[in-house]
Amino acid sequence: MTWALDHLGDILARAAQHAWLAGLPLVLGLVIAVPLGWLAARQPRLRAVLLTTTGLLYTIPSLALFILLPPLLGTKILDSINVIIAMTVYTVALLTRTVADGLSSVDGSTRQAAVAMGYGAFARFRAVDLPLAVPVIAAGLRVAAVSNVSIVSVASLIGISQLGYFLTDGYARSYPTEVWVGIVACLLLALVFDLVIQVASRVLTPWTRAVAA
Amino acid sequence: MTFAQIVSWFTDPANWQGTDGVPNRVTEHLLYTALTLLIALVIAVPLGAWVGHSGRMRWLVTGANAARAVPTLGLLFAVSMFVGPLIKSDLAFVIPSIAVLVLLAIPPLLSGTYAGIDSVEPAARDAARGMGMTGWQVLTKVEVPCALPLFLSGLRSATLQVIATATIAASVSLGGLGRYLIDGLASRDYVQMVCGSILVAVLALVADGILALLENRAVSPGISGRSARVARSRARHPDHHSDPIGADRPDPDSRQAALVGSGSTGPVEATATTGTPSERDRT
Repeated sequence: MTWALDHLGDILARAAQHAWLAGLPLVLGLVIAVPLGWLAARQPRLRAVLLTTTGLLYTIPSLALFILLPPLLGTKILDSINVIIAMTVYTVALLTRTVADGLSSVDGSTRQAAVAMGYGAFARFRAVDLPLAVPVIAAGLRVAAVSNVSIVSVASLIGISQLGYFLTDGYARSYPTEVWVGIVACLLLALVFDLVIQVASRVLTPWTRAVAA
Repeated sequence: MTFAQIVSWFTDPANWQGTDGVPNRVTEHLLYTALTLLIALVIAVPLGAWVGHSGRMRWLVTGANAARAVPTLGLLFAVSMFVGPLIKSDLAFVIPSIAVLVLLAIPPLLSGTYAGIDSVEPAARDAARGMGMTGWQVLTKVEVPCALPLFLSGLRSATLQVIATATIAASVSLGGLGRYLIDGLASRDYVQMVCGSILVAVLALVADGILALLENRAVSPGISGRSARVARSRARHPDHHSDPIGADRPDPDSRQAALVGSGSTGPVEATATTGTPSERDRT
């Protein structure tokens, strides 16, 4: 506990780096996955192609991907951009399926009602299908957030600064306290991400509360 | 680093012999993975089946899923720091790593098995009883085939998780393909790191492909919707309300396909949307 208090500044700085490395890919991944998921939900054939491709990308272990990206992209191994891109790839892989499933789960009669009211394809997607898919997408986003926070810590093995540093440093110095601090900090960060997504999902779906009340 | 350097690493005979050779490292990696999955299956399958069958102690599944938020690297270091010194032999590095790998493989297997058994329609179970099947026949002919897709998707994500984490476990002195990555890093041999990463990626892709094939073969056509006859008779089903406006695409209820599909979605998602297997369509 004293160790954690003594190093509070360092912990917070690394937590901020960790949040950036895990959080930015969530946003980027969502932005990419929504149009992909929309395509997948509309075209069954495209769905198979998209989900297989993203599934294959998701299969590549994280440490291997961190190392393989620099020669592919021409970046340096210590560039944190590698981690951002790798995490974005994983997020897209997880979310494309979730977005497609969420959009497909919209009730047929709801869709018919929207069409009958004169909604065009895009307007219907924006005003009806996407909002109704928010709970499913949020559930997928929570899974992605928790796994991102965990995977980012692996990047400390190749020397990218974030909370994982306490894990590798604590192990190298045989100092268990530091490892525990690293684990707890990662868990807290994952919890914060989870809460933020849950709150955002609630704010974006006011009708679910109206029914409950 | 160039492509030629990668080719010359792979064609160098020195990299194909001895403890540090590719065949030995691949074998080690596969052995760790097989051993871990075996132990995890023995623990997780009976437990998951019991929770799914009885509906009791569901918190076990939720708890196991929540435990996945623990960073794998941290778990690996913490366990090897505590357990390592207790073991006075060469196994000091292997046992803690395998223990962590087992811990990581249990949640996907547990929730896959649980969700599989839980997803069996009570009507299907009752129909089997009504046809005069014994308890054992109901289990082997109805419950197990219906639970198979979700269980296999759990097995797939567990396998991937173990292959990926066994790579990281090289940093606590475990053998396997991760050695190339960690040793290459220590000696600044970037070519070795990249070649090791390629091997790890290929191993993961091949393992996943084999399991996908198994999934395809083992799952009954009536459940996976592979049989065209089943699909057609389902389309003619009177309850299947037609949807003239949304007719631009087939049955919108393809949500269940996620659970049988080709990707490696975690069983977190699988437990969230346990569907009726008979309605699953094909991916």
